Amino acid sequence: MGRIIRVSGPVVQAEGMRESSMYEVVYVGYERLIGEIIKLEEDIATIQVYENTSGVKPGEPVEGTGMPLSVELGPGLIGSIFDGIQRPLSVIFEKAGPFVSRGIHIFALPRDKKWPFTPSRKAGEKIRGGEVLGYVEETPLVKHKILVPPTIRGTLREVAKEGEYRVEDLCAVVETPEGKTVELPFYHRWPIRAPRPYKERLPLSEPLLTGQRVIDTFFPVARGGCAAIPGGFGTGKTVTLHQLAAWSDADIVIYIGCGERGNEMTEVLISFPKLKDPRSGRPLMERTVLVANTSNMPVSAREASIYTGITMAEYFRDMGYDVALMADSTSRWAEALREISGRLEEMPAEEGFPPYLASRLGEFYERAGRVVTLSGEIGSVTIMGAVSPPGGDFTEPVTMHTKRFIRALWALDTALASMRHYPAINWLISYSDYIDVVENWWNERTGGLWKKYRVEAMKILQREEELKEIVRLVGPEALPEHEKLVLEVARMLREGFLRQNAYHPIDTYTPPEKQFYLLKGIVDFYYTAKRAMDRGVPFTKIKKLPVIFEIMRAKESIPNENLDQLKEFFDRALQEVQALEAGA
Amino acid sequence: MTALLSLEYKGVKEIVGPLIFVEGVEDVGFDELVEVITPAGEERRGRVLDVGRGFAVVQVFEGTQGLSPSATRVRFLGKPLSVPVSTEMLGRVFDGLGRPIDGGPEPFTEDHRDVNGLPINPFARDYPEEFIQTGVSVIDGMNTLVRGQKLPIFSGSGLPHNLLAAQIARQATVPGKEEEFAVIFAAMGIKHDEAHFFRRAFEETGALKRTAIFLNLADDPPIERLVTPRVALTLAEYLAFDLDMHVLVILTDMTNYAEALREISAAKGEVPSRRGYPGYLYTDLATIYERAGRIRGKKGSITQMPVLTMPNDDITHPVPDLTGYITEGQLVFDRELFRKGIYPPLNPLPSLSRLMKDGIGEGRTRGDHADVSNQLYAAYARAQEVRMITAIVGEEGLTDVDRKYLEFADYFEYYFINQRPDENRTIEQTLSIAWDCLSILPETELTRVSEKYIKQYYRKGKAS
Repeated sequence: MGRIIRVSGPVVQAEGMRESSMYEVVYVGYERLIGEIIKLEEDIATIQVYENTSGVKPGEPVEGTGMPLSVELGPGLIGSIFDGIQRPLSVIFEKAGPFVSRGIHIFALPRDKKWPFTPSRKAGEKIRGGEVLGYVEETPLVKHKILVPPTIRGTLREVAKEGEYRVEDLCAVVETPEGKTVELPFYHRWPIRAPRPYKERLPLSEPLLTGQRVIDTFFPVARGGCAAIPGGFGTGKTVTLHQLAAWSDADIVIYIGCGERGNEMTEVLISFPKLKDPRSGRPLMERTVLVANTSNMPVSAREASIYTGITMAEYFRDMGYDVALMADSTSRWAEALREISGRLEEMPAEEGFPPYLASRLGEFYERAGRVVTLSGEIGSVTIMGAVSPPGGDFTEPVTMHTKRFIRALWALDTALASMRHYPAINWLISYSDYIDVVENWWNERTGGLWKKYRVEAMKILQREEELKEIVRLVGPEALPEHEKLVLEVARMLREGFLRQNAYHPIDTYTPPEKQFYLLKGIVDFYYTAKRAMDRGVPFTKIKKLPVIFEIMRAKESIPNENLDQLKEFFDRALQEVQALEAGA
Repeated sequence: MTALLSLEYKGVKEIVGPLIFVEGVEDVGFDELVEVITPAGEERRGRVLDVGRGFAVVQVFEGTQGLSPSATRVRFLGKPLSVPVSTEMLGRVFDGLGRPIDGGPEPFTEDHRDVNGLPINPFARDYPEEFIQTGVSVIDGMNTLVRGQKLPIFSGSGLPHNLLAAQIARQATVPGKEEEFAVIFAAMGIKHDEAHFFRRAFEETGALKRTAIFLNLADDPPIERLVTPRVALTLAEYLAFDLDMHVLVILTDMTNYAEALREISAAKGEVPSRRGYPGYLYTDLATIYERAGRIRGKKGSITQMPVLTMPNDDITHPVPDLTGYITEGQLVFDRELFRKGIYPPLNPLPSLSRLMKDGIGEGRTRGDHADVSNQLYAAYARAQEVRMITAIVGEEGLTDVDRKYLEFADYFEYYFINQRPDENRTIEQTLSIAWDCLSILPETELTRVSEKYIKQYYRKGKAS
C-alpha cells in the first residue's frame, strides 16, 4: 500500500511502492480509481489513471493488485460496447445513468448469463495451451470456442458436460506436468500489452474483401495485413471505416473508437443491428465488438483502448477466425502517448511526440498477421487504422511512422471530399503492396484478366491527371479527339466505379465479380470507342450516346446478384458504340 | 475526506503569469476550487492545476495583477468549481464565471453543478436526426443542422459570423414542432460592441427572455475564458437533460479560448506541440464540444454552434483543425464570396454537416434532398475548376457544357447562397431554388440525382 505524493491531471505519483511492478494495475485514492504503473524509481511509482482525478489528494492510499492490465476473454464479448479498459458501457449506463462517473468496478463479461456449452474434449486427454475445450453458440454468427489459456498444459481430469453454464462455472480441470491441479472457468484473462502466442506465422495469400470497389479492385488489403487510412477532417475516415466494419468478409469485427466522437459510436450501435451481413443475412452486430473511448473520456484509457481491442482480436484469431480490426483514430492514441509523456517530463522528439512513438506503432501493427494457432487452425487479424494528420499534412510524425509499418495506404483527399466524391480515396497517392499477394485469387475468378484490366484502368486515370494539366493551360476544346475520349472514360471510371454511395441500398456493397465486370465494361467501352474513332466516328457522337449515362449508373441500377444482366448490359452498350461505325 | 473547515494560507512562494505556487498546504485535492484574497481585500477565484506534498499550483481566473507573494491569502474550498443552475437564469446576463452583471439578484436555486460535467456514456446517447430549419439555404440545403449536433462556424476577422449566428439563433425551428430553442450564449474575449450587437439582436426579436448570456469580453481576464464555456454548458445540460428543453449553445470565439489555454500551458512550462499550443488542446476542446447531443429517454437536446476566427483565414491552424476533428462538420466562411457581396459568405465546398444524412429525406425534409445536395456540391466543384481554366484560356476555349457550369455557379451564388440577414426560407423554397440552379445544366450532367427526381423536378432551361 502506497501513498499519493502528487497529482497532475491523469498522472499521479505515489511513494511506498517498492513491491510494485511495471504495468501493474493499482487502485488510486479513496475512490479506488483504476490506474496503471508506467514508471518506477526507487519506491516512487508514476501511475496513469484511467479516470478523472478531480479532488484526489496527496496522502490518499494507492493499492496494488499484483496484476498487469488485462482483459477478460470468454463468451459475452460479441455485441458489447466496452470502454478503453473493457468495462461494458451498457452496464455503466444501468448503474450510473447517462454520464460516466468514476470509481465504477464491474466485470467485462456478464456473470449471471448462462451459455449453452458443448464439449469437444474428454477427460484423460492431453491438452495444450490454446486448444479448444468445446464451444458456445454465442450468436448465430459466432461459434465461440472455449480455449485453454495459452500458458496451461497437462492432462484433462474433468470437462463440463453439455449444458448451460455461467462464465465463472467450472469448464475443465487440468493436471499440469508438475502435478498441480488447475481449474479452468469458461473465460480467462490476458494482459493487453502482451501479444498472444501462436504456432507460426503464415505468408498472406487472400484478399480481405470489403465490398468497396476502390479498395478491393485498386488498393486491396490481404487477410492478416495492415492498412492505414489517413485524411484531414471531413474527408470521410469514419464513414469509410464504418463501411469496412459493415461489409468486410471477416468472421469477427472489432471496432475501436479511440478519442473520436460519441455520436459516431452511437451510430454504429444503432445501425449495425439493422444492417444485414450479405453472406448470412444476419444482423452485423452479431459478429461485432465495440471499444469506445470518446474524445471527452479520460485520455489514459485512450492509450489502453487500442491494446484492449487488439487483444480481443487475437483471442478470436486463436479460435481460427478471420478478424478485422478498425482503429479510429490511431492519431488520438499517439496524442494520448504524447500527453502522458509530457506529464512525465520526458524529452520529446518530433512535434512533442515521445521518441518511442515509432516503436509503439510498429508493435501495434505487427500484432496483425495470418497464423497457425496453438490449436492448429488458421486465423488472421487484419488491422485498418485511421490517421488524423493535423492540417491534413501527411508528413507529420504519426502518418510518416505509420507508413513504415503498413502495406496498403488509402489516402483521403480534401478536394475529392469537397466534391462529395466518396470514398475520397485518392487513386494517385494511395497504394497497395498486396497486389501480388491477391492477384492469384482474383485471376482465378476472372479468367486471368483481373490484373490486366486493373492496370488499364489505372493508366486511364493517370493519363487523365496529365491531361488535366494541359487543359488548365489550353482549355478542353484544344485537346485532340482521342484525348477527349480519355477524359470522358476517366469520368466514367470516377463516377461509375470509384465513387460509391455508402447510403445507397445497392451501391453500399459490391461483390467482387460485379466489381470486375463493371471495371471490364468501362475499359472495354474505352477500346471500342477508340476503335470506332479510328474508323472515323467523331468524338461528339460518342459523347452524345445516352448509354454513357447508363454505364455510370450500372453500379446502382443493376442488382448485385444479377451478374448476367450486367454482362448483357455492357454487351448492348458496346454494340451501340459499334453501331456508330456503320454511319461513319 | 474533505476538511470540515477550509484552511486559509497566507503568503505564496511564487507568481508566474496567471499561476501562483503555494507552499505548506495540506489536504488539497487536484482541480479544487480556490479563493485568492488580494492584498487589497478583493476576492478572486482559481483552481488547483497540480498538487504535491506540501505544494499546490493554482491558476487564478481573474489574473494575478495586484497579488504580492507576502500579503496574498489563499483558501482551498475542498470542491471543484460549481455554478448555480436554474430556469431563472434565462433572460439574464452573467460574467464569464457565471455571476450576474445585469444588476439583478443572484439566481435563487439550491442546485449547484460542477462546471466540468461528466462525459456522456456513448451507450446512453440517442442519435441526432431531427432536422432544424435555420431558414438559411446554404445550411438547410447543403449542410443541414440537426438537433443535438455540434456544428461550428469557421470564420475570419471582419466576416459576418456574428450576423449569421444571431440569424440562426433567431430563426432556428424544427418544422412541425412549436417549441422554441432556449439559447445560451457564451462570449469569450469578444469585443464590447460585438456583445452589444448580440444583446440587441436578442432583445429586438424578443428572444432575450429565452436566452442566458455569459460574457467574458476582450478586456476581461483571459484565464476566466477557460471557465466560461463550461459554465454555459453546465446550465445547458441542466435545461436539456433535467428540464427537457431544447437548447442552442453559441460559443464565440473559440480561438480566444484556445489562446488562453496556450497562455496557461506556457506559464506551466509545458512542452508545446503545434504553434505553441499544448498537446492536449484536442482533448481539452473535446471536453467542451462533446457536451452536446441527445440522451436516450430524455426529451431535451443540446445543439452547439461554436464560432471561431481562423487566424489569417488558415483552416489548417490548430484551432480550426482540431475543432473540425471533433465537431460534426463545419461551416466555412469565404473571403472571396464576402467580397462579391454574398451573404452569408459561406463556401459550401469545404463545409460539411456529418449528421445531415439522417436529418433529411422523405418524411423529414423531402425525398430528393440528399441527391440535390450532392449534385450541387459536384456541380459547384466542377464550376470552380472551369473558372480556373477560364481565367487562363478565356471562355472561347470552353466546351458548351463548361459554359453552362459557369452560368450555374453565378446563379447558384447569387440566388441560392445569397439571401438577406432577415430572410427566413422554408426548406421547400430552398430546394426549389436548388432545382432552378440545377436546371441550368444539361440533364446528362446530373449523375448524382436519381432519375425519378429528375423527372419530377428538372425543368429544362427554366433558369436560363
